[in-house]
Amino acid sequence: MDLSIEVDESHVPFVVVAVSGEIDIATAPKLREKLVELSSQGAQQVVVDLEAVEFLDSTGLGVLIGGMKRLRGLDGDLTLVCTQPRILKVFEITGLNRAFSIHGTVDAAVAG
Amino acid sequence: MSTETVLSLEIPPRAEFVAVARLVVSTAAKSRRALPDDRVADLTLALSEACTNAIEAHDAKDEADRVTVRVDEDEDRLVVTVLDRGPGFDLMELPSHPAVTDPDRLNFERGLGIPIIRNLVDEVTFTSDDGGTTVTMVLRCRPSLGDNGTEGLLDFDELDLAAAWDDEVAP
Repeated sequence: MDLSIEVDESHVPFVVVAVSGEIDIATAPKLREKLVELSSQGAQQVVVDLEAVEFLDSTGLGVLIGGMKRLRGLDGDLTLVCTQPRILKVFEITGLNRAFSIHGTVDAAVAG
Repeated sequence: MSTETVLSLEIPPRAEFVAVARLVVSTAAKSRRALPDDRVADLTLALSEACTNAIEAHDAKDEADRVTVRVDEDEDRLVVTVLDRGPGFDLMELPSHPAVTDPDRLNFERGLGIPIIRNLVDEVTFTSDDGGTTVTMVLRCRPSLGDNGTEGLLDFDELDLAAAWDDEVAP
């Protein structure tokens, strides 16, 4: 299972990163590289859409934490879109649902 | 209480094989036990965490030997064991994470795997020395009923893992 990443820059100033597939030790580096690339290009407000993600483990969480930390250091933020109970559970059991802003839709996320 | 080994799998210590272990173990759990989907998902995530730690342990030791994943069961339990030949670790020396309300919490991008495993399975034990680490995860569950209403387990050999592989893993 590969990881697909699509970037939508039509929601200025937000950059929406739609991820699909499985995020684990094999695929997380691809997401990390994309988030680093976006922040180095000047993106400050990044929304990661996890609606099409079928699996997420702690390696993926680590990438999202790293991305959020990097963007907050630039006065930006990384927020999430996720409604899947199976994925939300990973945030809940680690307590990270309180560290991230998690929205139900991309529209809600880009509305601030 | 008799314990039966459902499967034993040896994977190369490479990241791309964690998905294979997830697929094989979740297929076995779904087929041999009438487990609800959310419990299968819990087991799959816990396994992924254990395999990830195992592969990182092999990488740390530059160990090319394979990681063993085994599924055993008895009447009341499904037991998944992940055995690596890495350098081992001291469970007591693992860093504890600050509270999520503490800004320092975000300094911890790693180390979430073991807390996740502990949260998802009914029992977990870690046995570790300088020869490697064994993670044993237990899910308590009843065996599934066979088609004829008798308590029975599906034959693992009947599972079409080759087709599952084609559908879910192969590019």
